[in-house]
Amino acid sequence: MSDTRVDPAGGFSIESLKANPRQARRERLIRDSLGATALVSVFISALIIWSLFSEAWTFIFEVDWGSVWDIGWFPRRGIYDIKTLIVASLIVTGIAMIVAGPLGLGAAIYLSEYARPGVRRTLKPVLEILAGIPSVVLGFFALKWIAPNLVETLFGGPAAGSLLAAGIGVGVLVVPLVASISEDAMKAVPMALREASSGLGARKVMTTMRVVLPAAVSGLMAAFIVAISRALGETMIVFMAGGAAQTAVYTHSALDGSLTMTAGMTSLARGTDNVVGEGLTFQSLFFVGLVLFALTFALNLIADRFVHRVREQY
Amino acid sequence: MAKARLVGDRTNKVMVQAMERRSTDVRGRVFQISLLVTLLVSLFILAVLIVDVVMDGWGILTGRPGGFLGGTMRSLSDDPKLGVHQALVGTFWIAVFVAVLAFPIGIGAAIWLEEYAPKNRFTRFIELNIRNLAGVPSIVYGLLGLFLFVNHLEGVTGGKSIASAGITLAILVLPIVVITAQEAIRAVPQGLKEGAYGVGATKWTMIRSQVLPYAAPGILTGTLLSMSRGIGEAAPLLLVGAVSGRLGRDSGFFDFGDINADAFMAMPVIIVEWVQNSGRDPGFAEAAAAAIVVLLVFVILMNATAIFLRNHFENKRG
Repeated sequence: MSDTRVDPAGGFSIESLKANPRQARRERLIRDSLGATALVSVFISALIIWSLFSEAWTFIFEVDWGSVWDIGWFPRRGIYDIKTLIVASLIVTGIAMIVAGPLGLGAAIYLSEYARPGVRRTLKPVLEILAGIPSVVLGFFALKWIAPNLVETLFGGPAAGSLLAAGIGVGVLVVPLVASISEDAMKAVPMALREASSGLGARKVMTTMRVVLPAAVSGLMAAFIVAISRALGETMIVFMAGGAAQTAVYTHSALDGSLTMTAGMTSLARGTDNVVGEGLTFQSLFFVGLVLFALTFALNLIADRFVHRVREQY
Repeated sequence: MAKARLVGDRTNKVMVQAMERRSTDVRGRVFQISLLVTLLVSLFILAVLIVDVVMDGWGILTGRPGGFLGGTMRSLSDDPKLGVHQALVGTFWIAVFVAVLAFPIGIGAAIWLEEYAPKNRFTRFIELNIRNLAGVPSIVYGLLGLFLFVNHLEGVTGGKSIASAGITLAILVLPIVVITAQEAIRAVPQGLKEGAYGVGATKWTMIRSQVLPYAAPGILTGTLLSMSRGIGEAAPLLLVGAVSGRLGRDSGFFDFGDINADAFMAMPVIIVEWVQNSGRDPGFAEAAAAAIVVLLVFVILMNATAIFLRNHFENKRG
């Protein structure tokens, strides 16, 4: 009996390895509160979906569907032609991608394959500064510079803003996005592939076009899809330089002014004071928002798939 | 000797010829130059943009810088009291809301996801959810703010107030904070963590003493980028109801009582407002340009600091 008291290990047992209860409680508390902050994002998603649906629901059930396929977007007169907004959004997004696709991809190939480290170190930050320019600034630029100097002189469009001017402005906005995601995708291509190609006698152009680009293709797809999603959701440039205020008649010409989904919502909400109580005008805001949310959500999910494919391969 | 007749010699001769023949890779040069041109076009656009804005706003910025920063919204562009003070106050408060709400929650979520989260479906769902939130158009956040903070929680936020706007923008930048902080925390070497455990640290002590200090520059970069995104964002504010027309009140920077007052202004919104006024009064275009220069000074300063920080620490740790 007495030798259990004089333990050779100095009273050290499995119990001694346990943390003191106060400390353990503190650790658990910290873990749980950090976990709670991570849950905030789920909560926010739920709030977004709830807010969009609860108002859009009323619209979907009470609207006269004839007015959702009509001559244009006149929400205050009860005409909610959604195709006017969607077609304008598609035109702006298309023009933006025509501008941003080549510019962004070209810049990415140059930075990833050609630029010497010193050149890269100076050019890349400038591109990143462009990425940080607020969209109101690009909206001002699209309205006051692109519209009169490019759209009017080159295409004969209106100097006071048009879908074309807005599209070019959105294009400038998404160039850095396309460039940075594409560059990441190309940087992820293993050096061994380039060296093998070069060892077989291929020149740089051929290595780039036939080896690096095909190997990076899922990343490049992701870059384009993310850019499309961003262009669809871009608001201020289209609102300021789109060449329409409050209402728009259906058009499919890029040289006309019109309202995209985002611009339509913004110009409607500009006077929300008056909107409340005027039939379904307030609810139409959330209906358009729901359509936009669904579109960008689907695009983002697809882009996410593509990005993961790159990661799994290498 | 009969050496000249060896097969290897002929091959050797052909190879030497092939290597010595001068050939310019014309296609390659053209390709490289056109790539450089695409990059330079983007940079040229940036240059034109900045020159254009600075030239338009030059008159006001050099003529009466103090008056412009201290002035308020006016109905005529040649009013000597026209200025951005109300907008600066609004943007200051938005920045406070972003810093107080989005930074702690975002960094906390990043720590949990990288250090505590079990590798299971639920964690993957949260991560996917955050990536998706980062891609939600800003105007949809505006709808959330309008529905929730302006209409349903009017009693707390005061409706169309700077509090509603600030919370909305804090929610908007939250995913960016989480994603950038996660990347910074992921880059912490495993050895540092194991070293801390080895000397008997608990998990939290390890995170506080090793992970956070090492990841601090990366986290700071992310917070700076999200702050510059937050103060430049206009669309959600238009939905949450920044006033159009004139704002009577001119609060000081620290008038806490006005946080939930039913009217506010912010830098990006005053720019939109003045651009729209320039239709009837062309002088407002200059005021808008001057306000853009003021906003760009803040935004570019933050972005440049963030980029510099990141590059500096990337090089140092190689």
